[in-house]
Amino acid sequence: MNLEIILHAGIATGTILLFATIGELLAERSGILNLGVEGMMLIGAMTGFSVSLATGNPWLGVLAAMIAGGILSILHAVVTINFQADQVVSGLSLTFLGTGLALVLGEGLTGQSPPLIPVVNIPVLSAIPFIGPIFFQEQSILVYVGYLLIPLVWYYIKYTRPGMHLRAVGEKPEAADTMGVSVYGLRYLYTIVGGCLAGLAGVTISLSVSPGWYSAQTTSGLGWIAIGLVIFAQWNPVRAVVGAYLFGALQRAILDLQGPAVILGFPNPLFANSNLGFFLKMTPYLLTIVALLIGSRAAMRQRIGAPAALGVPYIRGERGL
Amino acid sequence: MRLPVDLVVEKRTEDYPKWLPAATSLAAVILAFIISGIILKLIGGDPVQVGKFFWSATFGSVATISDTLVKATPLILVGLACSVAFRMKLWNIGAEGQFYMGAFFASLVVLVPILPPDAPKPLILLAMAVMGMIGGAIWGFVPGFLKAKFAVSEIITTLMLNYVAILWNNFWIFDRWSEGGFQMTRLFERGYWLPRLADYAREYPTLSGITLHLGFVVALLAAVLVWWIFDRSRWGYEIKLIGDNPNAARYAGLNIARNIILVMMLSGALAGLAGMSEISGVVHRLQERISPQYGFTGIIIAWVAKLNPFAVILVSILFGALIVAGREIQPSGLAAMLQGIILFMVISSDVLLRYSIRLQRTTTPVTAGSDA
Repeated sequence: MNLEIILHAGIATGTILLFATIGELLAERSGILNLGVEGMMLIGAMTGFSVSLATGNPWLGVLAAMIAGGILSILHAVVTINFQADQVVSGLSLTFLGTGLALVLGEGLTGQSPPLIPVVNIPVLSAIPFIGPIFFQEQSILVYVGYLLIPLVWYYIKYTRPGMHLRAVGEKPEAADTMGVSVYGLRYLYTIVGGCLAGLAGVTISLSVSPGWYSAQTTSGLGWIAIGLVIFAQWNPVRAVVGAYLFGALQRAILDLQGPAVILGFPNPLFANSNLGFFLKMTPYLLTIVALLIGSRAAMRQRIGAPAALGVPYIRGERGL
Repeated sequence: MRLPVDLVVEKRTEDYPKWLPAATSLAAVILAFIISGIILKLIGGDPVQVGKFFWSATFGSVATISDTLVKATPLILVGLACSVAFRMKLWNIGAEGQFYMGAFFASLVVLVPILPPDAPKPLILLAMAVMGMIGGAIWGFVPGFLKAKFAVSEIITTLMLNYVAILWNNFWIFDRWSEGGFQMTRLFERGYWLPRLADYAREYPTLSGITLHLGFVVALLAAVLVWWIFDRSRWGYEIKLIGDNPNAARYAGLNIARNIILVMMLSGALAGLAGMSEISGVVHRLQERISPQYGFTGIIIAWVAKLNPFAVILVSILFGALIVAGREIQPSGLAAMLQGIILFMVISSDVLLRYSIRLQRTTTPVTAGSDA
C-alpha cells in the first residue's frame, strides 16, 4: 500500500479509460451514441496483440488495433446514419459482434507473449519529487500519448473551426447543414475516430497495462465504464480526463487493498477472508452509478447535458428538433 | 453507360404490408448465417460440416430437441423481460444481473431454508418462483427509480448492476454457501426441483433422459401474459404510448415516473423468474456461470422478434439451438459472433420498413447537355 505506486499504476489504467472515453465523447458530440465501445476495445486488444505477435513490432500492433476499431465502427455509422436505425440497439449489436469476433479470431492467443509497448522515463520531468515518479517514470509511451491528447482534444473542440462544426452537428444538425457542413460526413468521421480510439484503448490493455489476451476478461467492462464517464463528464473532455484517471487509480487501489495483513494498525479483514474481495470488486461499478447520479443531477440543475441531437438520426428536409 | 433500370428509394407513405417485418427478419437471420459461414470459411473452417453438426446437435433427435427447448426456456423469459422494457424504450440491459438475483433469491428458499424439502411441492415451487421474481424486480427497481427520479441513464446503471449481481452471487457461493470449498452450493434436494419429463420415465420409458422441465410451460404462459398486457390491457397501451411519444403521454396525464419503475420491475421479475427456472429446473444448485450470457442474448431475441411475445418464443428456440451447438463448436466465440451479426442484419433490414426500394425501368434517357 503505497500511494505513489497506486497513483502510478492508476495513471496507466486510467489511460485505457482516457482513450475510450475521449473517443466516445467525440462521437457523442457529433450526435452519435455508440454503445459498442466494449466490443471495439476487445477487437483492438485482440488485433494489436496478434499483429505484434506476428510482426514483432508492437507499434504495428497499435496501428492495426486502431484500424480494426475504426472498421468495426463503420458498421455502426452505416446502420445509424444511412439506415437511421436505433443507435442504442446498433451499438449493442456492435458490442456483441466485436466480442464474438474477438473471441473467434483470438482463439489460441492466450499465454502468448508478443513484444510490448516500451516503458520510458521522461528526462528532467521525472526528477520532480512525487509528481515525477507518478507521471513521468516508468510509464508506457502510450501514457504520454494520453497526456498529449488531453489538451489537443480540449483545444480542438473548444476553439478550432472543425471543432465548432463538430459541436454544431451534434447540437443542431439542420443549422450545420444549412451552413454547408456535411452532417453525414462529420458523423461518419467522428464515429470512426471514436472507433480508432476505442481500438487504441484496447491495445493499451493487451500490449501495455496488463499485457496478455484473456478473452472477454481482457476488458471486463471498462468500455461500459468509459461510456458512463462521458455522462459523468457531461461531454467535457477535461472532466472526462479527471474521471478516467480517478477510476484508473481506484481500480488499482482495489487490487492493493487485499495485500497487506494490517492497514493503519488494524487487521485487514480482506487479508483474513479473500472472499470479501468480491465486495471490493463491486466498487468501480457502484461508483460508476454514483458518478452518473452526480453527473445527471448537475445536468438537470444547470440545464446542460447531452448534445441536443444525440441519438437522433438526421434526415435532410425533415423538420428538425 | 446507364443501366436499363434504376434503383428507386422512396420513403414509405403508407403502411407496409403486415407480413413484411417477419419476412425481413427471417431474411436477415438467413443472411447472417451465410455471412458467418463466409467468415468461418475465411479463417479456415468448414461451414458445411459445422452446419451439419449444428443441425444434428440441436434438432436431430428427440433428446437434442429437448436440450434445445431447455436452453430456450430462460431465453424466452429473458427475451420477454427485454421486450417489456423496450416497448417503453427503456433500455434494460440488466437482464443478466436480474437473472442472477432471481437465482439467488430463489436459492434462499432452499438454503436459508425458508421451506423444508418435504413441504408440498407446489408450495415450494411457488415460493421459489415468487422469490426469484422479487429478486429480479429489486434489481430492476434500482435503475428504474434512478431513471424516474434523477434522469440517470438506465443503460449504464443496468449494465453496472450486472457485474454487481454476479460478484454478489460469487461471494455467497465462494464463501457462505460453498460446498467443501468448491465454488457452488450443495445440490438442492429433489423437493426443490421443477418436474422434468424424465421424472415420468417409469410410466413412459420413451421419456427417459428427456430433461425438458416445467419451466418451459411457465415461459410459454409468460409469453401469453405479456401478449395480453401489450395487446389487450390499458396498461400495455400506456406503456406503448409513453415509449412512442412521451410528450403526448405526459399531456394525457400518464404518470411516467411510476410507469418507468413498474415496467423495470416487471422486466426484472421476468428475468428473475428465468434465473429461478434455471437453478430449479436445470442446474439444481447455485454456482458460477449459471448463465451463458442469457441476459444479453435476451436483448437480441427481443429485437429480432420485433418485441412480439410469440415471435420471442420462436427466436428463443433458434438461439437456444445456437447455445446448445455453440458449446461444442470451435472456435468458442462463434455463437456470440453469429448473434451479433443476426442483430446487425435485423436492425439494418428495418430500413426496408421505412423505405420502399424497387427497380424501375429507365424512362427518358438523360442526354448530355440537356440541362435546362
